[in-house]
Amino acid sequence: MSKPNLHRKVIVIGGAVAAVMFAFCFAIVPFYSLICRATGISTSVPDTLSVPSYVKEGDPAAENREVLVQFTATNHMGMPWEFYPKTKMIRVTVGKNAKVYFYAKNTTDKKMTVQAIPSMTPADGISHFHKIECFCFKQQTLDAHVERDMPLIFNIDKDLPKEVRVITLAYTLFDVTPNSPRK
Amino acid sequence: MTHEHQHAHGHDHAHDHDHVPHHHSLKHGILPWMKGWMSTTNHKDIGTLYLLLSLAMLFYGGTMALLIRMQLFEPGGMLVEKVFGHAFDPNTYNVFVTVHGLIMVFGVIMPAFVGLANWMLPMMIGAPDMALPRLNNWSFWILPFAFSLLTISLFVSGGGPNFGWTLYAPLSSTYGPPSTDYLIVAIHLMGISSVLGAINIIATIINLRAPGMHWMKLPMFVWTWFITAFLLIGAMPVFAGVVTMILFDRHFGTTFFNAAGGGDPIMYQHLFWFFGHPEVYIMILPAFGIVSEIIPTFARKKLFGYEFMVGAVAAIAFLSYIVWGHHMFTAGMAVGTQLYFMYVTMLIAVPTGIKVFNWVGTMWGGSMTFETPMLFAIAFVILFSIGGFSGLMLGITPADYQYQDTYFVVAHFHYVLVAGALMSLFAATYYWLPKWCGRYYNEKLGKLHFWLTVIGVNVTFFPMHFLGLAGMPRRITDYALQYTTFNEVCTIGAFIFGFSQLIFLYNVISTMRGKGERATAHVWEGSHGLEWTLSSPPPYHSFNTPPVVK
Repeated sequence: MSKPNLHRKVIVIGGAVAAVMFAFCFAIVPFYSLICRATGISTSVPDTLSVPSYVKEGDPAAENREVLVQFTATNHMGMPWEFYPKTKMIRVTVGKNAKVYFYAKNTTDKKMTVQAIPSMTPADGISHFHKIECFCFKQQTLDAHVERDMPLIFNIDKDLPKEVRVITLAYTLFDVTPNSPRK
Repeated sequence: MTHEHQHAHGHDHAHDHDHVPHHHSLKHGILPWMKGWMSTTNHKDIGTLYLLLSLAMLFYGGTMALLIRMQLFEPGGMLVEKVFGHAFDPNTYNVFVTVHGLIMVFGVIMPAFVGLANWMLPMMIGAPDMALPRLNNWSFWILPFAFSLLTISLFVSGGGPNFGWTLYAPLSSTYGPPSTDYLIVAIHLMGISSVLGAINIIATIINLRAPGMHWMKLPMFVWTWFITAFLLIGAMPVFAGVVTMILFDRHFGTTFFNAAGGGDPIMYQHLFWFFGHPEVYIMILPAFGIVSEIIPTFARKKLFGYEFMVGAVAAIAFLSYIVWGHHMFTAGMAVGTQLYFMYVTMLIAVPTGIKVFNWVGTMWGGSMTFETPMLFAIAFVILFSIGGFSGLMLGITPADYQYQDTYFVVAHFHYVLVAGALMSLFAATYYWLPKWCGRYYNEKLGKLHFWLTVIGVNVTFFPMHFLGLAGMPRRITDYALQYTTFNEVCTIGAFIFGFSQLIFLYNVISTMRGKGERATAHVWEGSHGLEWTLSSPPPYHSFNTPPVVK
């Protein structure tokens, strides 16, 4: 091959690699959540509806064990709403559904839309904690000065590692009102 | 530059090695001069442009460093208050820190290494020029625009970029000032320039080696640049991509790094450091190459363990892609992942240790002389090792929880980037300046510059280790009283270091203007390689017929 052809080969390969690496940033987005979910690195609770896995026969003590579930709520920076769990903690028997409410009040004079983002510790509990209904599944819109009790229905499956006795579920409330000024 | 221009006519231009282009002197008017430098495709011209840009940026970024050190001389920014009437407000201080970092990384270290590559690679491998000369011209002339944009961003209403050179989201996305957009475009331009430059370097080294210049005969500087070019192509586009995502988050309603929309700010850190760690090796591998050229010259011995040196550089480059997590141990990471990143980080010490061992092995039993380049090279080996060791300390996960975000980190990366990369650049400049200009620099001033620099660097950055261990956080405008004395020492050192660079500036400019003793082709007694077979200064077009390497 002549010199210009050899150079062209380097340009094409080098340019292609550069383009791939640029695209890699964007491609990593779905890949990143996949990795986080698969490895349990992420402390965010998967927000998809997951079905409890097949329950194995085991000793009754393990099947009827109770787990303490604690709830916390935080407003993201500058968020004026009132937002807290009505039940601070609850004892749940594994395999049984439990229902709690979070209180939210729009304290402002205008209609606002919010999104709650969950996070959970310990990470070992994430794949065994199943939300059946959650206010975090979709955005919540409240008119000015309106309050609401928002439900969360969940259960914990029996495969939860036995060293996990307490699970803490934290929600952070973000303002996602369309066209809201940047904060 | 010192050549008479009287025999340009009546010569066959293709073989006229003494032909001096019009733009090398102002004798033909300012317009041909400007046009010549802007359209030049000559690797030596472009190398010179890169190096001069880098020198100018060194004083730009250095001024900001001195302003930072002035603010930190006493608690409350008292010195700045005495000099300027009021202390810098925290935002201004943050802007200084951000722009200092960006200028030093992308404006000083990287362009200087690319400049050296432009000047030296073709001469070292016996090529007439770079493979893609017109692309080469572009990659340089993009940079002044990039740095103008970065400078303009300082004066946009809302203040300059103030989130540190890492541009962490959401500081740069949700909370970034309007000037962030200028910075993002500037980063795109720098990225394009680097990638084009890297492609050019790879094409040159693969295709233009002289007959007989086999891979394992390549000078170490060529090898390190060859590998660095791959790091540039792999890493810079990631940086360009991630700042593009920031731009999308800022203006186009995406939420890549915003938890409210299902994004994750931690992902920004992963992507940034996936670029950021190769980037630190982009800034140090060519330095390894320079030192591997200089030490054999002045020890009058062949480089000890050449094959291992090549292997070590390749190993470091590979490892650089898989250790990024050690920059974010405390950002939230599973224990197993932390352990993985800790172990692979420790692994980098092995090839790096091979390099340091081989440099010392090269000096061992050599007949050494201590000209300025050699002094800088030896200081590089010692001080870079200190930076490497503090890096190992930071790589230990449990210890990092204590050290992270303190002045210990600041001390660490200034030891590798200032005492490492910048010192190697001084060494390279003194080493090759007689080759470029045909004149020796002033050796007395060179030695004075060396001693003031090495003392200044250590007085500035060594106390920062102790400040960090004592708990002083980085990126703050003010600090508790107990840190005062050491901060005063740092600031005094910074001013010694900063102002001694004026000696360097004078020495370089006076050598360029033709002061000093005429240099021989060989320049140094122990020099070895193709570039030393050319006259000093080398003809404008060298190696039109390839030399044969035996």
